[in-house]
Amino acid sequence: MDFGFTEEQDKLRQKVRDFLEERLKIGDFQVTSNGWIESYSQEFSKEMSNKGWIGMTWPGEYGGKGHTYIDRAILMEEMLTYQAPIGFHFLGDRQVGPAIMHFGNEEQKKEYLPKIINADIAFAIGLSEPNAGSDLVSVKTFAKEEEDCFVMNGQKVWTTGAHRADYIWMIARTDLEAPKHKGISEFIVDLKSPGVTVRPIINIAGVHSFNEVFFDDVKIPKENLVGVKNRGFYQLMAQVDYERAGLERLMQNYPLFVYLLDYVKKEERDGQSICKNPHVRNTLAELEIEYQVGRLFCYQVAWTLTQGHIPNREAALCKAYCTQYEQRLSDAATRILGLGGRLMPGSKWAPLNGEAPDSYLWAVSYTIQGGSLEVLKNIVATRGLGLPVAKMKS
Amino acid sequence: MDFSLSEEQEMLKKTAHDFLTKECPPSFVKETIKDERGYSIDMWKKMADLGWMGLIFPEPYGGMEGSFLDITVLLEEMGKASLISPFFSSVILGGLALLEGGNEKQKDTFLPKVIQGDVLFTLAITEPNGKYSSDGIESTAAKSGEGYIINGTKLFVPYAHVADHIVIVARTGNGLGPDGITLFIVDSKTPGITYTPLITIAGEKEFEVTLDQVEVSYESVLGDLNRGWPIIEKVWPKVIVAKCAEMVGGAQQALEIAINYAKEREQFGRPIGTLQAVQHFCSDMVTDVDACRYITYQAAWMLSCGYPCAKEVAMAKAWCSDAFKRVTAKGQQIHGAIGFTEEHDLHLYYKNAKSWELLYGDSTFHREIVAQQMGM
Repeated sequence: MDFGFTEEQDKLRQKVRDFLEERLKIGDFQVTSNGWIESYSQEFSKEMSNKGWIGMTWPGEYGGKGHTYIDRAILMEEMLTYQAPIGFHFLGDRQVGPAIMHFGNEEQKKEYLPKIINADIAFAIGLSEPNAGSDLVSVKTFAKEEEDCFVMNGQKVWTTGAHRADYIWMIARTDLEAPKHKGISEFIVDLKSPGVTVRPIINIAGVHSFNEVFFDDVKIPKENLVGVKNRGFYQLMAQVDYERAGLERLMQNYPLFVYLLDYVKKEERDGQSICKNPHVRNTLAELEIEYQVGRLFCYQVAWTLTQGHIPNREAALCKAYCTQYEQRLSDAATRILGLGGRLMPGSKWAPLNGEAPDSYLWAVSYTIQGGSLEVLKNIVATRGLGLPVAKMKS
Repeated sequence: MDFSLSEEQEMLKKTAHDFLTKECPPSFVKETIKDERGYSIDMWKKMADLGWMGLIFPEPYGGMEGSFLDITVLLEEMGKASLISPFFSSVILGGLALLEGGNEKQKDTFLPKVIQGDVLFTLAITEPNGKYSSDGIESTAAKSGEGYIINGTKLFVPYAHVADHIVIVARTGNGLGPDGITLFIVDSKTPGITYTPLITIAGEKEFEVTLDQVEVSYESVLGDLNRGWPIIEKVWPKVIVAKCAEMVGGAQQALEIAINYAKEREQFGRPIGTLQAVQHFCSDMVTDVDACRYITYQAAWMLSCGYPCAKEVAMAKAWCSDAFKRVTAKGQQIHGAIGFTEEHDLHLYYKNAKSWELLYGDSTFHREIVAQQMGM
């Protein structure tokens, strides 16, 4: 066992930190919870591309740097500490790129991988539908195979960033007769295609983060089918373990913890520093321990990937745990701030610029997106611990 | 980073697992708890033959010169088997105090015997005030002719009734601070010492040790006069993490017992493990167990490397204290009434979880240390 990093890894971390300090000074971004995904900047992504920090785990033949997943975790830990604006390339880097490498053909690899690595294109992910949430296999969007193309009709929902992305990586039904999980395929769809409509959805934090995406007789070239027709659900199951794996599930509101700790040390209440209050001390120490446990889980997942294994149980467990920590943090922060914990960003008198209540609102989504907490626990129990699966109606 | 055990550690783990599965089944643990001596001499000899008592001691004394990480692996398996033995008291509490604080003569005299399992040591530190800080030491050792006379009451002294030597922590200077505390190696048969068994929740053999005008020689001072507390401070992080290692194993076993039961036990015409309420319990349990393991091994690794790790040690004990208890409580809930019986095995772990939570500081105690380490 070794819980330390190599000299090379320490150097990488320092390099990333120096870069972020420099960009912070220039005013590229602010250190704000959720900033990493909400502050969307192709320009910043280009800068990262120049450093070789997009697709860094990919093999050299696809333009990657062949770094380990531990290296990528180090990069991400710094990006998230600073909440650098990585939303433009994030989904392509984490998920779509690796999926294309696994299941795409040579043309697709040549077409998309360099563009992802160079931050030329951004992806959204189209999985959920109005009647297919946790029960994802029930998707109804249908891609009918014609002579020269697929014709897509249907609807996706909760599609993060579809209003800004160039492409959507999605699943659709391609066989209406086959059993549900044997009639789904994966597609790359240009969001500028005629017949695609993106309708904004405003989340409870008042932000346009996700969307509904409608497909109305959208013609999709045949070469945009990824992998094997009707095997899309199986392909996807291998991909979501990447989606669940990262530190971005632990550190979405990381700045809140930093600001809060600083606040309780500096501010006074009842004639003494807030941090002298036993309840505050206990609460923050507990959060710190929970955070450090989450960090170990994340690095364990990265280590598992580095060993060449798919972190199935580990990734589900990690995400289930980490997102609950993020929720506890936002709740504890609002309570330590008291009435000030009700004041939103921009308000006069808002402590920590309103990050605590804002984060409390965002936190609802943390245990839902990318597999709900309960579905993840099912995965841990059945696939991880071997508990028997109850028969479901399908 | 590397989350895997080395080949040697894997071998040690397997050897320990196989040995304890055979020699220390739950039926044996239950008998041992009821036995007055509280361990099997035959099994103790076998453990010594395996080299376990010498695992972390230097070669010149007959040890195997293993790392603290190595003994963490062994202790995890001991906790998994709920082994009842003087290993912790003699090797961890007594042995480490000797190793860290003893002069060459003391180490030459005692360590080989501890390593061979021929003599048993224990440590008498805690007093009726229940404190782990230096101001909890109220027992006194007053200079008298060629030696000292010790007076006081020690509590929770493990295996004091069978120990050959007791390391006694007593005050030789004035005040209540960390200065002026001295450790003494005392023959357990010295006149003036009386032993009264305590009835502990998990059946561990612990004693009240009263010291009434106990005369000891100057040579019995462990290390230097008045410099006893720094020895305790050096040993204590290892004691805490060693206990955490046992908790990791205990939590792992409680989880395995629950999973097996959830697969077998049928209600409503199907195994209860198909019910999501039970599945989610099990998922929460394995999360707690994995976390116990990583956070404990992180601290053990830092101790092995000699890095400062006050915060990591406190985090490990805070986490394991809460998590082991949560895991066993959920295990009980999954089992229903059968878990509430002595004939079932789960209670061994349920009791250990509570007992070990309170030993060496519970989560609240250690969170305060973490708070200080965070600059609060």
